[in-house]
Amino acid sequence: MNLRNAGDDVARAVWTALGAIADPEIPVVSIVELGIVRDVRCGDDECVVTLTPTYSGCPAMRVIESDVQSALALVTNRPLRIVTALTPPWTSDAIAPEARRKLAAAGIAPPGEVSRIVFQREAVRCPNCGSMRTEEIARFGSTACKAQYRCRDCLEPFDYFKPH
Amino acid sequence: MLEEDIASTNVGLDLLGQARLWLAYAGEIDGRSEDRLAYFRESGDFRNLLLVEQPNGNYADTIARQYLFDQWHVLVLAELATSKDSRIAAIAAKALTEVRYHVERSSRWVIRLGDGTDLSHGRMQAATDALWMYTGEMHIADASERPLIEAGIAADVEALRVPWLADVRSVFAEATLTVPADSWMQGANGRGGKQGVHTEHLSHLLAEMQVLPRTYPDARW
Repeated sequence: MNLRNAGDDVARAVWTALGAIADPEIPVVSIVELGIVRDVRCGDDECVVTLTPTYSGCPAMRVIESDVQSALALVTNRPLRIVTALTPPWTSDAIAPEARRKLAAAGIAPPGEVSRIVFQREAVRCPNCGSMRTEEIARFGSTACKAQYRCRDCLEPFDYFKPH
Repeated sequence: MLEEDIASTNVGLDLLGQARLWLAYAGEIDGRSEDRLAYFRESGDFRNLLLVEQPNGNYADTIARQYLFDQWHVLVLAELATSKDSRIAAIAAKALTEVRYHVERSSRWVIRLGDGTDLSHGRMQAATDALWMYTGEMHIADASERPLIEAGIAADVEALRVPWLADVRSVFAEATLTVPADSWMQGANGRGGKQGVHTEHLSHLLAEMQVLPRTYPDARW
């Protein structure tokens, strides 16, 4: 096995390990599913993991970095370097389809497609009863990435992951 | 009001995150860490706009300050996103996605309060009237900015006055508010926030923000 393939094997193991790291604020989805992990490159002397913040002030970034450190220590003994990339900016379109289903199952309405809702108010489906008769209570919710909504049919309040 | 308390905190969190990115970059050029720049400068060393250091006041005061700033911020960031300095362009593009949301929220509140009850309308108009004199310096380029504007690195803030005013006029029209007449503008004489000449309010804000690292200079967090 040449070194290049060995690096690829490590990178695959690293991706698998990253896929098991839950987002600290929305633990039903992984950081890979949220689109926070941009790139993994493993060379002979180090592994470089590129992360991008959802929001520039996201308080979970430090926790995520330390989770990445400890998870990868179990898969590879190569030194780890974490790089933060801002370009292109993260958008909620980076959230994997499977993660959207997981969000809905956890009672968080998944975001609509950013490109489709820029010029019109988004229609949000209630994650509890499926009704489209919902209304916004507040533009921000329990974390920077969510807004607060209420269902006018089942009357339950719920979080909406903002398209962003 | 709990929801709005959370909203203001979240907007603050976005702005704090953006400030860290800017300060970290400034520090790389300047040789000081982001913490050093935030916690160990005196008020006269800060170059922020006078508008953003004004007190919270009542909720109309808070919203007026936020809206007048957001409407400017979104225009400046859109310009900076095309800066010839790739690092500035990257930070601005990231911040822009957040600030578009800020201006949407604050403009809706201006409309809700302005076009609300007699009481909320009166307070919103009074807040706008009181803060208007701090909006002039947003559109005046400091001597240190001009070479950067010419080099395509900084935003041409003077050119943003017309679109800013057009946006403000349109929101105020929907809010049934009167756009205040331009009279004396603070900082317009070259002695404002961009030159480090601040209102007394900045020192109070800095005292609260800086007390911990100044009391325990070796503290780590």
